[in-house]
Amino acid sequence: MKYETVIGLEVHVQLNTKTKAFCGCANVFGSRENTNICPVCLGLPGSLPVLNANALKSSVKVALAFNCAIRNFIKFDRKHYYYPDLPKNFQISQYDEPLSENGYLDIETAGSKKRIAIKRIHLEEDAGKLIHAEHAPYSFVDFNRAGTPLLEIVSEPDLNSPQEAYAYLSDLKLTLKYLDISDCDMEKGSLRCDANISLRPAGEKKLGVKTELKNMNSFKAVKAGLEFEIKRQTKCLEASLSIVQETRLWDEKKQETFSMRSKEEAHDYRYFPEPDLPLFSFTLEEIDEIRKQLPELPKERRKRFVSQLEIPEKSADVLIADKKIADFFEECLRIDNDSKNIANWLIGPVLSHANIHESFEALQLSPARLVELNAFVRGGAVSNLVAKSVLDEMLKTGKAAKDIIQEKNLGQISGADELKDVIESVIAGNKKSVEDYLAGKENALMFLVGQVMRMSGGKANPKVARDLLTERLKQ
Amino acid sequence: MKLNFLTGHELIESLRSKKADSGQIVADLKKRFDEVEPKVKAFARPPDFKDAANFESQGCVLGGLPVALKDNICSDGDLTECSSRVLGGFIAPYDATVVKKLKENGAVILGKTNMDEFAFGSSCETSCFYPTRNPWNLDCVPGGSSGGSAASVAADESIWALGSDTGGSIRQPASLCGVVGMKPTYGRVSRYGLIAFASSLDQIGPLTKDVRDNALLLNAIAGYDDRDATSVNIPVPDYLRSLEKDIKGMRIGIPKEYFIKGMDPEVEQAIREAISKLKSLGAEFKEVSLPHTEYAVAVYYIIATAEASSNLARFDGVQYGLRVHEKAKEAGPELVSMYKETRGKGFGAEAKRRIILGTYVLSSGYYDAYYSRALKVRTLIKEDFDKVFRECDLILTPTSPTPAFKIGERTDDPLSMYLSDIYTISVNLAGLPALSLPCGLTKNGLPIGLQVLGKPFGEEDIYCLAYHYEQNTQWHKMKPKL
Amino acid sequence: MAISREEVRYIANLARIGLTEEEVAHFQGQLEGILEYIDQLKKVDISKTNATAHVLDLKNVYRPDVVRPSLSSEKILKGAPSREGNFFKVPKVIE
Repeated sequence: MKYETVIGLEVHVQLNTKTKAFCGCANVFGSRENTNICPVCLGLPGSLPVLNANALKSSVKVALAFNCAIRNFIKFDRKHYYYPDLPKNFQISQYDEPLSENGYLDIETAGSKKRIAIKRIHLEEDAGKLIHAEHAPYSFVDFNRAGTPLLEIVSEPDLNSPQEAYAYLSDLKLTLKYLDISDCDMEKGSLRCDANISLRPAGEKKLGVKTELKNMNSFKAVKAGLEFEIKRQTKCLEASLSIVQETRLWDEKKQETFSMRSKEEAHDYRYFPEPDLPLFSFTLEEIDEIRKQLPELPKERRKRFVSQLEIPEKSADVLIADKKIADFFEECLRIDNDSKNIANWLIGPVLSHANIHESFEALQLSPARLVELNAFVRGGAVSNLVAKSVLDEMLKTGKAAKDIIQEKNLGQISGADELKDVIESVIAGNKKSVEDYLAGKENALMFLVGQVMRMSGGKANPKVARDLLTERLKQ
Repeated sequence: MKLNFLTGHELIESLRSKKADSGQIVADLKKRFDEVEPKVKAFARPPDFKDAANFESQGCVLGGLPVALKDNICSDGDLTECSSRVLGGFIAPYDATVVKKLKENGAVILGKTNMDEFAFGSSCETSCFYPTRNPWNLDCVPGGSSGGSAASVAADESIWALGSDTGGSIRQPASLCGVVGMKPTYGRVSRYGLIAFASSLDQIGPLTKDVRDNALLLNAIAGYDDRDATSVNIPVPDYLRSLEKDIKGMRIGIPKEYFIKGMDPEVEQAIREAISKLKSLGAEFKEVSLPHTEYAVAVYYIIATAEASSNLARFDGVQYGLRVHEKAKEAGPELVSMYKETRGKGFGAEAKRRIILGTYVLSSGYYDAYYSRALKVRTLIKEDFDKVFRECDLILTPTSPTPAFKIGERTDDPLSMYLSDIYTISVNLAGLPALSLPCGLTKNGLPIGLQVLGKPFGEEDIYCLAYHYEQNTQWHKMKPKL
Repeated sequence: MAISREEVRYIANLARIGLTEEEVAHFQGQLEGILEYIDQLKKVDISKTNATAHVLDLKNVYRPDVVRPSLSSEKILKGAPSREGNFFKVPKVIE
């Protein structure tokens, strides 16, 4: 039988506000355990939460970016469960009236477009962290993360393949990065993803029994986990075994999912309105104001790059994939509108350097400097080949292209006088090729030009060298 | 006369005129403590008199005088245990906002007073330490839950004290102990640092020997706090000035629903006399109706226990306080058994009862039938008051249907205990201010309290009426014989 | 409204309170009495009434996103029932 896969994703993203959601403790990663703590985020008796204005504003930005409707009244609720990393044994979250609902995100896989509905986006507080001691009957608790503002973004089960899930996550993350509300680093846990997956016979309307997948530390892992689950569930269904509704964890080493097996109680979270937090609301004007402050989002930018700047779609994809690179690109264009060549510089050599250095920001390169280098090539002052080594040098030393070309005497040689000796010695040293050329083999000329380039240390202007060679060989 | 018998404002005046020094005040308090505390048991643990004696700030509003705090108000570096085993050994690492304000106004913290465990009770009998006794009759309860604060003031073991009031926990013990107790408007005083019972109902307020002291102490602790999102950012009037206002023409409502079954005849008599007294002073009375009064106790026990079950979830033995973990007596994983053992042994019977009730009304399938319904009836109760306050400035009622009852009399009948809050609970549901002040003694020499309810942020009118009544009666000068 | 012993046990487990069988029996009886009393609310017509979750009409009470000093971890950890270094220590959580 053919089965259809149904996937819904639940993404948690930590907001990069300066302070935690409900107290003034610094919202930072990597401090010594239990140092960014106060009575509020520890849930000490007598403490009270007060909402961080920026946390709510960032949440509204995200909601608007994903086309969600913002509620007139934003209410917080308490969600109860016992766990040692949850200081109050309830989490301040949002239950029946989340701050925003009914949005969507358009994705594209293998050339086909699809709209994925976003069910809800709500704001809550993160829990602390548990560290499990090996071979000892203890766990250790660090509350630094407790109270970090956390957005939960829940999709409808509109995704039908691991590829679509991957595309959804990539697009979601890119938009979040453009909004600059989180660093979206899965390794640090500032972006986390759980997936619900079920299968049903193709054409069937009723949803099958789902499993919830957790513990995936990258989008690739999400994709692999879903692929594994499809195979596992298919096998079960084909063997007429029933699927157990359960939580399964992804094992990155074994590349498989396994059941949590812990006796899961039916959840009874006993939600009720958080009495310590009055309601929040935005006027339409305030929402419009926030909407106006939204940056250009990646999809719009890509469209503009392609239609206005005539950048090929594939190149545009690369440029917009990192907001910093796209910003850099536009900064370059403000100085010099040679969009195609500058795009090529960025997509090619600059990005490969960025990959080596692990980040684009780490590169010592300003838009003005790249524009200058590109102008040297365009004006014929250096060859493309030389220019690449000039870029290497620029990034290594932080010097300007002009200075490097001058210091290292890398300027392109276009004068017949300067190239005369080189051409003579190439002709003298490659008799066979000269004969071939004279016998009508055009290819031989290319070889000779190459030799001139080599002997000139790459500085010869290839066009001039070619002209001079043809001229000389006519004689 | 020993200085501990004086009121706060009398002592401040004596300090100002150098007739007394703060060392002597503290010495007299200590002496009194040594004499009567073994009988009254007002404190959760012995106060730190030494600290207070060293303090000199007579120029400040509160004159460097010590204030007793209920054991649920956090003060930095001090044990704050809510009279519960589960918080055994908990030293608060921060000051409640009221404590910060007291200190800024030149007060010192005398010590922590006994209370019903987590403020769950109306008799001070649910304390894990010992029951506090009523200074007027040691066989009787002082009321609760701020029974220790009320008894310490009544027994002149403290000059004045702070309590907290969720359903009458300041006013009812004030009434039973013959002192003045004010529950301010919800949002008037910051709750930051008050160990929460029911967040939407709790307020901190002063318990004092007279109305002037009460206004003085409320002046010091009231006001907006950026650490409490439910505190209200409107200016605090000088409550001392409100004492001098005229009460002629003040319109006072008497709710007919409050004068029916279950009210002790001596209580009713005292209230009738108080009404005549106030009439003679120029106040105008009219009968009013609060038709949803009969539902207040039911609404209260749903909302208060639901919020309490949530607020008390944090006492689990992880970060502070008691941890009991005698290994897997309970079935299930070790961690769960630690939770269950800690909470099973840490909470007393009344706390368990309320947590279970509160958990039940919030649990899946019951939310709409109980919690959601209670919030709606709460609206009706509030609307009753809104209506009355359109034609009245104040409402007058008894504080408690009976005077102090015997220790042990109601301990195993939770419902009868809950019903002793029948006159005080609606005020918390509606968020109103209300004050209890002495208005008589029974034949057996037990105090009777008069409750004055005001509009939201109408504390000035309350103080005005209470002060005029007090100045024209002698009840506040009566002292128990200890 | 009747409440069974089984329900009392279920609720006590939700609230993580260990109860003896005597307590279960005792509370079952008392809760039944209280719930019966509470059931009088069913008489009230609430069809046109909104809920009051907050008695005050407050809205939009925020805190500016400005760092305030944290507490010293020693001050907090010295009260811990069990600790190891700067960590709180609890019986193993089985994942």
